[in-house]
This record gives sequence, structure tokens and C-alpha cells, in this order.
Amino acid sequence: MADAVISWVGGPIVHGRPKGSFAVGEAITVSDTQLLGEVIRVAHDRIVAQIYGDTTGLRPGTRLEGTGRALSVTLGPHLLGGIFDGLLRPLVGDDPTDRSVVFEPGLSLGDTILPGQSIGAVVENGTKRQIPTPPGLGGTIETILPAGTYPMADPVAQVRGEDGVVHGLGMLEIWPIRRSRPIQRRLVPNRPMVTGQRILDSLFPVARGGKAAIPGGFGTGKTVLQETLAKWCDADIIVYVGCGERGNEMAEVLHEFPQLLDPRTGRPLMERTVVIANTSNMPVAAREASIYTAVTVGEYFRDQGLHVALMADSTSRWAEALREVSGRLGELPAEAGYPAYLSSRLAEFYERAARVETLSGAEGSLTLIGAVSPPAGDFSEPVTSHTKRYVRSFWGLDRERAQARFYPAIHPLQSYSEDAEAFAAWWAAKGNDQWDAQRRMMLTLLEEEARLERMTRIVGKDALPPSQQMVITAADLINEAILRQSAFSENDRYCSPARQTRMLRLVIRAIDLGNAALEAGVAPQDIASLPVLRQLKRMGEDIAEDDPAAFDRLGRDLERAFAHLSEEVPHAS
Amino acid sequence: MRAEITLNGTGRSIEGPLLTLRRNVDIGLNEAVDVIAQDGTSRFGRIAALDDDSMVVEVLESTAGLALSDIRLRVRGEPLTFQIGPDILGRVLDGIGRPIDGGPPIAAAENRRIDGEVLNPALRALPTDFIETGVTAIDLMNSLVRGQKLPIFSGGGLPHDRLAMEIATQARLRSDAGETFSIVFVGIGISYDTAASFRHVMDETGALAHTVMFLNMANDPSAQRILTPRYALTAAEYLAFGLGHHVLVVMTDITNYCEALREVSAGHGEIPSRKGYPGYLYSDLATLYERAGWMTGVAGTVTQVPILTMPSDDISHPIPDLTGYITEGQIVLDRVLDRKGIYPPINVLPSLSRLIDQGIGDGYTDADHPALAHQLFASYSKAVRTRVLASVVGRDGLTESDQQHLDFADLFEKQLVHQDGRRGLEESFGIAWELLRKLPGAELMRLSDEQIERHLKEPRAEQETLDD
Ligand SMILES: Nc1ncnc2c1ncn2[C@@H]1O[C@H](COP(=O)(O)OP(=O)(O)O)[C@@H](O)[C@H]1O
Ligand SMILES: [Mg+2]
Repeated sequence: MADAVISWVGGPIVHGRPKGSFAVGEAITVSDTQLLGEVIRVAHDRIVAQIYGDTTGLRPGTRLEGTGRALSVTLGPHLLGGIFDGLLRPLVGDDPTDRSVVFEPGLSLGDTILPGQSIGAVVENGTKRQIPTPPGLGGTIETILPAGTYPMADPVAQVRGEDGVVHGLGMLEIWPIRRSRPIQRRLVPNRPMVTGQRILDSLFPVARGGKAAIPGGFGTGKTVLQETLAKWCDADIIVYVGCGERGNEMAEVLHEFPQLLDPRTGRPLMERTVVIANTSNMPVAAREASIYTAVTVGEYFRDQGLHVALMADSTSRWAEALREVSGRLGELPAEAGYPAYLSSRLAEFYERAARVETLSGAEGSLTLIGAVSPPAGDFSEPVTSHTKRYVRSFWGLDRERAQARFYPAIHPLQSYSEDAEAFAAWWAAKGNDQWDAQRRMMLTLLEEEARLERMTRIVGKDALPPSQQMVITAADLINEAILRQSAFSENDRYCSPARQTRMLRLVIRAIDLGNAALEAGVAPQDIASLPVLRQLKRMGEDIAEDDPAAFDRLGRDLERAFAHLSEEVPHAS
Repeated sequence: MRAEITLNGTGRSIEGPLLTLRRNVDIGLNEAVDVIAQDGTSRFGRIAALDDDSMVVEVLESTAGLALSDIRLRVRGEPLTFQIGPDILGRVLDGIGRPIDGGPPIAAAENRRIDGEVLNPALRALPTDFIETGVTAIDLMNSLVRGQKLPIFSGGGLPHDRLAMEIATQARLRSDAGETFSIVFVGIGISYDTAASFRHVMDETGALAHTVMFLNMANDPSAQRILTPRYALTAAEYLAFGLGHHVLVVMTDITNYCEALREVSAGHGEIPSRKGYPGYLYSDLATLYERAGWMTGVAGTVTQVPILTMPSDDISHPIPDLTGYITEGQIVLDRVLDRKGIYPPINVLPSLSRLIDQGIGDGYTDADHPALAHQLFASYSKAVRTRVLASVVGRDGLTESDQQHLDFADLFEKQLVHQDGRRGLEESFGIAWELLRKLPGAELMRLSDEQIERHLKEPRAEQETLDD
């Protein structure tokens, strides 16, 4: 392997005089330290590398050693439930890959196996974690160890490939983080990822295998939304990467997730989660790498035929790390100091989201959800505007809603989903064939209300004709009853598709009844002040997931209240 | 290794704070050095870059008067450190930890790197203990929790210093578990008047005995200003994680810190980002703010209340903007409220405590506290919107409910936000429920029917139930 002697050091960047040949992207180690680095430029008499750690104390003369391979991470069943740094080194405890674990073979001699298919499982704490065959290593099983306890780093099977060569298969796999993992083919996303959040599932759904962005100024709710999705979305595996954000938020995930149960499996949420943390005070070069590390982990599980959701909080910090390193390399800055390749890097990242047919023919998916932290909350800045070009769901957070503590503060008129219409069939299969119509009706009313709101600023509310006052009542009902959903409410933090459908129906019915009453001559303020509307606006908090009867009762109350109202109108027929 | 070597004639250039020398000593990046001029004056600095034959020293004091000839360099053999011990409490130090109160030197018990260690997120404990500051707008709606970093966003001439002092001297836990509190007060680029008034308050309230003050004055070199919070936070970490104290760090003014950073960055010839501040301002501020917290298995905590003045009262300016992205909320002071005579002039709407949900509610304050806080936010924000509307269409153009909200906005500011002395949490609750009674119950969407029944029913009805 090549090595080099440091000739210059400043910040996270070192230069070295090489002996032997280095490749761009090659991982290096700094001798006598734990430091890892990556070569960014090579010339015949000089290499330039960035170091993923604190360079304090480094000096010219120190040796850099090449590893002969691109910057890579170790993938394996040990990742689930753990917390790792940006290069997938465990943040606590000993290296989990140094242990011995209970292996259970899933195949016998002579079986044939495809890349991605499981050769067996690691059994720990009553859960089985599959061990997939790495890409390029299919064939016939020549040897496989019987059930037992073995060191994680040792091979457990041998497979003879089509070329006749025998390869060892282990529980672990090494993969370069900047290279996407191979698949059979990409499939068109065909169904939503259910998030349990009404404003997302019902108005701005994201596809399984799709990509979404959450832009918002500080304190508007990006992190809480990411955490909420990580808790309740219907993915099999969650990869949560804290990229340049707070240490306490990582600690929160570590404290909370083991105590929450996945509503679908009844198992602790932590068991399906991999946490990658490069907090704001950690070395900035590793922050840049952490995003690729996370996507690689996501693809690793996707290739096992699983549905993976990756939350990156925040992609802006990653872009800033790019900017910082680029600045230190003296590259010419483009917009707002970001390097000119910002846009293509973002595109590359989001392109790794996909629903795929894996090498073994199974279906897997990787859904990417990136938080964006625009300076001053201004969505026209480079990271937000480029991201907007690559995502299909855009969930814009609104400062005014956040300040009124109206959560989630997603602005319904600044958000969109390009896939929504395609999911009407999925909702119909779930028992709501009106979904598309309901969705349009809500969006139209919200839009109409925004227009009226601007008008009332000039003429006053009382000057509006009754039908327009009714629009305001309806929009208020949609906002309060459907869009508002506290992440901290025991009853409401998760809302199943069935419960969403019930709630939508009630709200739409109330609006229809309101319009009919208006037609019959009821005064708009009498409709707006109906006590039953208050009940509707609070049903999210008040009625639990497992209490459909309460929604039926509310429905009956609603009918009764409006029937009553019409009776009281003297000139109603 | 400590060595003093004379590097006669090795100086190559001095550009701004950067001194380039021939490298004839084995030294590593970031190591501390003292640059000793011919006249014997010493300036300290650190190694910013190294190559085969030269090294760049970032001089952390003014380079004025420094000549290339006859420079001597004292090599400390380690990064900048702070020699610190328990008798630091009660002392007044300059911006880099040297006593300026006429007292003896600090007896060193430990030598800590001023950059601190990165707190491993996996070893952090979650901040949960509610701190009662005695300020209603904070306690009720933007609660401070032990181990939190909660800055005050202020503007020139607003009473942020007074508020910070009140928080520092009045804050207490709900349950007094007999723990040790200390205060680290950090003046960054402040005037003599400000420094004197802080000292005065500390003396008067007797707080000085458990306080250590770091004072970097406005006329101290700006490169030192960058070190002041680092020395102070090192002291805070020593007190908290070394001695088990609960430490409250008040730092004022972060804006001066950022300006010094901008100046130094320009001196390095770096490409500026927004408004001339370096592109790494976010990461740099994070290395300060992230030093707040609580570690599993360690008794003490570090809570930070940094104060910054927003240039032109602009919350979107890079300093408050980046701070808000790192800290766990912010308390925003408002000039309009100040002009109305409201003290403290806290605008609750842009204010936020991200940890409020971890520190209030059942087991911490009161089971109905979270709902009450949410309702106050919802009602006041509606009231403020109504105020805008009323300024255009007049009060008469408003519905009855809107008129009630209009009155609510005024009362909220005058009775709840405004206060003359320390308020206990229960007193704050009482005022808040009383105010909500002025609004139509059906519109209080954040409160459950039971909560309305419990807290907002007519006093007379309450009397009757008591009689039953
Ligand atoms: N969906 C939500 N439900 C309840 N509270 C929320 C929600 N979203 C945000 N919040 C509140 O807002 C605060 C700030 O949210 P956070 O996600 O940390 O903001 P950001 O990451 O955008 O800076 C949180 O601490 C929480 O109190
Ligand atoms: Mg966040």
C-alpha cells in the first residue's frame, strides 16, 4: 500500500509527499493516531486529503498510510439499535463487530443463493437479524457453519460462484460510502409511505421509495417532524442521521425510541433504527461523509427486500460542510459561497431514493426525507431551491404557524406532493374512495380562505357575504380538526389511515351540512358557534385510535346539531 | 514539554494576526506558543498551519509593535489550556482567566484544554429539571430546563442585562435538593459600566461568593475575545463535571464575539459568507453552545443563557439566525413592548423553549401546564393578528370575539408579561387562568372540556361546589 509524509497541515486538510500511488477517494490513516482521512486530490509529488477528526497536534513528517480502498464502512446486523459516528464507528462501548454472536444458518449445503438473500441470522435479545449475501457473491453453498456462537468478523459460509471461484461469506460486509449499491432495476413508486400524520398522508403524501424535503427556519418543527416520522412511519427500517445538529436531540432519540413500541410489530422502535450522529460540534469533514454513510446503510437494508426510510437532519449542514471544505481547498465559490457542484451533489443524494427490484428479485425501497435549514428562513437560498428541484414532496414549514404553536407548522399552501393523485387507488383499497375529492376540497377551501383573509384585512370580517363567512368557518375546521396534530399527544401522535378516513369524513360532512344550513337561511355565525364543531376540532386529542365508536357518536351528534339548527330557523322550509 | 527557544532572524512575515516563521522546532497544529518581542512583552498565540519549513502562528493579541527581528518563541507543547481549581469561585478574572481583582493567583488543581471535549451524544442525559426563573413569560410559556442553552435575543438599549442578572440571582429548582449552584458570568467585549453594574449586583445580592466572572473589555484585543467564552466554559465544565455543581453560564454579548471572529477571519484572508461573517460561524458557535448539557452518571450540569444584541433588531441577521439554529430556543426582547413600559419586554411569540415539553407537566410542574401554555400562545397570536386587523378596519369592524381578543392582547402584556418582582409559578398560573376567562370558552381549542371546567368556570360556581 502507498504511504506519504505530511508536508503541510491546516485545519482538517493535510498535504503529503507520496511514496507509491494514491487514488482519489482512497481512505487513509494517520500513523500513531486513530485518525481516518480521504484523499481528495492527487498529483505526482503531492496528495491532498481531508481528515475526519481533530487534527490538533498533527505535524509535518507524520506518516499517512493508504488503505488501497475507497472510504468504506462496515455493514452488518449489528447496526440495528445502535448509534454510530459519521463513518459508522460506534459512539459507545466496544466495537460491536468484535463480539461473538449466535448464528443460525438459513441454508443448507448445495442451496443456491442470490446477492441480497439471507444466508442465516444473528439471534439477539429474541430478535433475528438477517445476514444478506453481498452484491456479486451469489452461487452454490459449499460450506456453512451449524448454529452456534461465532466471532462476528469470521466467515460463516463458502459459496461457489458461477465462475467456479469459492468465496467466503461473513456476517459483515464492507462497502464504499460514495458508491450506490447495485440493484436489478428501479420500479415506479406505487403507494404512499404511511406516516400517521394527517397533513402528510391526506394532503401531501410521500411515496414509498420517494423523496421529500422539510425546509423551515429555526424552531419551526423540522426535527420534531423527522423524529415523528421515524417513530410512526410504516417503514421496516429507519436510518436517522443527525448531521451537524444538536447532541441533545440524538440523546433524545436514544432515550425515547427504546421505550416506544412499533404499532405494527409491537417491538421497541429502537430495534428497527440505526442512528448516525455527527453533531454540530464534531469535526466538519466527517459531517460531509455522514450523509453518504447513512444512504449506504439504507441501501444495505433495502437490498434485503426491506422498506427503509432515511431521515437526514439537516441537509443544509451537510451542504455547509461541503462549502467549508471547498473553501479550504481554495475552490472558486458559486452562489452564497457554496461550491458550484452543490446542485449535482444534492441531485446524486436524492437520486439514491428508489423503489427497486433487488439483485435477488425482491422488492425493497429507500425513502429519503431531508430537513433543510435555510438562512433567515428564506426558501430562495441555494440549498432549498436546488433541493426543490429534486424532491417530489415538499413540506414547507411556516414561522407564523409555529409561533402560534400550531403544529405541525406545515403550510398547506406552500407545500406540495407530485405523487398525490397516484395514491387515490391505494386509499380506495383502504376504504376511502373519496380521498382525492376530499383532498381537493380541503385544498381549495384553504386557498379560498387565504384570499378572503387578505380581503378582510381591508373590509373587515362582518362585511363578507354569508357564503364567504362559511368558507372561513370551513377552513378553520380543516386546520384545527385535520391539520393540527401534536407530536406529544398520546392519542394523536399517530393517526392510522382508518382513523384519518373517519376524521376526514366527519369534517367534510360538517362542511356539507354547514353549506346546506346556510342555504336554508341559517346565519353563518350560528353555524360557526355550534358546540359540536369544538368537539370536531378536538377529536384528534380526545378520541383514541382504538375507539371508533366515539367517532360514530360524534357523527350522530353532528347530524343532530345541524338538524336542530335548521328547525330553529323560522323561514326554513 | 516546555521549551523557550530563540528564533532570531527566523521571522518571515507578519500579516494581520498571522506571523510566519521558519520551522526549526518540532511542533504540532493548534499548539500554544508565547511570542516574546524584543522589549520583553509576551503575546500568546497558536499554530494555525505548518509545512516542511515554515509555520504560521495566529497571534491572539495585537501584533502592533511586533518586529520580525528578535522574536523569541516559547513553546508550551500542548494546545491552549486553563489551570483551574476550586478557589476560582468568588473571583474576577480577565478574558483569558487571569485574576484582575487584586487577589492571589488561582491555585491549579487541574489543567483543562479550553476547547473542551466534544460531549459524546450517546453519553448525554436528557435535560428535564424545571428551573423556576421567577419570570412569568419564561416559566409559564418558555420554560428553562437544567442543562439547556437558552439565549436572550435583544437589541441595543433593551434591558437584557437586568433580565440576565435576575435570572442568574433568582433562579431556583422547584424542589430544593440541597445541590450546589454556581454562576459563571462572562463579559465579552463589554464596557466598564456594564462590567461595574454586574459586579455591583453580584456583590449586593451576595451572589459573588458562588460566582466566577470573566471580563473581556471592549478595548481588549479582539483575538482574545474569541478565547473568553472558551476559558469561561472550561471553568463551567470544571465546576459542573469536575465538582458536581449546577452551573448557570451567562454570556454577554455574543454579538461582540461574532464580530471579533469576523475580524480575525478577515485577517486570515478567508472567503466571507453572509454579511462578511466566516462560513464556519455556525460550526464555531456550536462549539460554544453545545458545551451546555448534562452527562449520564455525572452530578453537575451546565446551563447557558447567552445574550446577543440583534443588529438593527433584525432576527434574520446571521448572528441570531445561526444561534437559533443551535440553541434550544430563544427569549426574544421587543422594542415595542419596552416602549409601552412592559418589563421584561419579552415577546412570547418568536420566543421558544424547545425543551419545555421535557420540563413541565405532570411530575414537574402541573398536569395542565402544557395545555395552558399552548392555549396562551394560540390566543395571544390570534389577538395580535386581530390587533393588526383592528388597526385597519377599526374596532367596530370586528366581531365580538375579535374584540375580546383585542382586550386580551393588552391585558396579556400588562398583567402577565409585565411584572414588578419575582413571581412564583403558582402565581403565574393564577394570572394566566384569570386572563383566559376573558375569552369565549368555546374558542379555547387547546384546553379540554375538563380543563375548562376545572380552571375557568365562574368563581361563583366554584363557591357552590365548595359548599356542596
Ligand atoms: N409536531 C409538533 N408537535 C408538537 N410540538 C412541536 C411539533 N413540532 C415542533 N414542536 C415544538 O417546536 C419546537 C421546535 O421544533 P424543532 O423540530 O426542534 O424545530 P427545528 O428543528 O425546525 O428547529 C419543539 O421543541 C416543540 O416544542
Ligand atoms: Mg432541528
